Amino acid sequence: MAAKISIRELAVAVNKRLILRGVNLEIEANTIVSVIGPAHSGKTTLLRVINRLIETQREFLRSGDVLLDGKEVRKLDIDALRRRVGLIFATPVPLPGTIFDNIAYGPRLQRRHRRQQLADIVERSLRAAFLWDEVKDRLSASALRLSGGQQQRLCIARTIAVDPEVIMMDEPTSGLDPISTAQIETAMRQLKQQYTFVLVTNNTKQAARVSDRVAFFLSGELVEEGEAAQIFTKPKDSRTDDYVSGRIG
Amino acid sequence: MILRPLVWQRIVWVGLAAMTLFTLVVLFFIIGFITSKGAHVITPEFLFGMPERMGKEGGILPTIIATIYISLLAIAIATPIGVGSAVYLTEYTRESAITKIIRFGADALAGVPSIIFGLFGFILFVIRLRMGWSLAAGGLTLAFMILPTIIRTSEEAIRAVPYNLREVSYSLGGAKSQTILRVVLPNALPGILTGVILGMGRSVAETAVVIFTAGSSLLIPRSLFDPARTMAVHFYILAREGLSMERAYGTALLLIVAILLINVVAYSLMFRLTRKMR
Repeated sequence: MAAKISIRELAVAVNKRLILRGVNLEIEANTIVSVIGPAHSGKTTLLRVINRLIETQREFLRSGDVLLDGKEVRKLDIDALRRRVGLIFATPVPLPGTIFDNIAYGPRLQRRHRRQQLADIVERSLRAAFLWDEVKDRLSASALRLSGGQQQRLCIARTIAVDPEVIMMDEPTSGLDPISTAQIETAMRQLKQQYTFVLVTNNTKQAARVSDRVAFFLSGELVEEGEAAQIFTKPKDSRTDDYVSGRIG
Repeated sequence: MILRPLVWQRIVWVGLAAMTLFTLVVLFFIIGFITSKGAHVITPEFLFGMPERMGKEGGILPTIIATIYISLLAIAIATPIGVGSAVYLTEYTRESAITKIIRFGADALAGVPSIIFGLFGFILFVIRLRMGWSLAAGGLTLAFMILPTIIRTSEEAIRAVPYNLREVSYSLGGAKSQTILRVVLPNALPGILTGVILGMGRSVAETAVVIFTAGSSLLIPRSLFDPARTMAVHFYILAREGLSMERAYGTALLLIVAILLINVVAYSLMFRLTRKMR
């Protein structure tokens, strides 16, 4: 089976500093791949290269290939690409407005919907992110009044609403309490049937809990990639061993 | 001598409170003075009547109408241009020598005395473009005058919209134009409106520009190319020509009330518009 995302010999420089180099990574559909590594190892940059959010940066150079379903992302329509590859940020960012409007934001960008159609999308997305029961009676309340964990699930629902294929998450639980974190991890395991996940996390325990495969980055290089169990129990590279056992990082 | 912190804090508190009090006293003195001199002039006939004997008697209806027309015209012209420029400066250009020059130009323009704008409008619109003394010439010149204020306040407001809101929109497949229309501008609206209100206030209160470009006709303007006299100009002429001081005060009082009303209405409107966002 062809990979959902293939990255070949990727090198990225931002403001004349090399952030990523020689990265080769295959991400299979309907899996959860965790990207781990210490700060400044290029994890966030990797996500922003895939959905091309990095192109808002001033000086940015890229070589190598990033393929989505075998097609170079730079040749795809940028807005369509970003709908296909969603991104969840570290801090939940609700758009100022109601819960309903937050979820409906993406669908409304594409075309006019009938009210009922939108309501269906909103309900389906909120259910998928396990938020529906908590907010179904107050969809017209401000999204800013939700708790941090609810806001992050709102962001997941908002991404689901545009019907993506891949959902990338950039340390989605770094600011959340353990219960909210568990809720999001449960959501991910359920949603993996329909979506492919790329999870950047600083929390190696989280990577061990949810992921099928793990990629370990250090200073812009992919050190090792493999089955989650193998990375955490029998890493091939000594640097991976040092990191997952907590000796560095 | 070293003072104890608590004593020192008291002294500072008293000093700052005194300054604030001073400002308020001056403000209320002016308003109180004008009210006491002008309130008794304000009757339905004064508000809705035509002026007689150059304003010595009768009402000020034409000047009220002219003020509304000319200020709305100025705002209607300056707001889209100003907000558009601000969007361009913040969203569509990289910070460079050119944007710095544009910004410096806007700041310099904001500091130009209004009589110079008046002269400029007189030469360009009234003479060159043959508009004559008219609402159109006045509105256009006022628009030029308040444009820098609207550009700079809108720019600050747009810049203050957190960048990550834009990223959220992009990451949901939003194009740049959609992101600006649906995320950036709605969130910058309160700040933009502040600039528009400031501009409105300046238009309503302006005299020099209006005398030069709209003239001082006491007839109700029937078209964009009719001359007109605004309340501020009327007040100036009444006082300057010694026609009627009490009617001048009456006009001044109305002017103050009008500006107050504009502020109250605009801010409550803004509150209603942004209520859903909180």
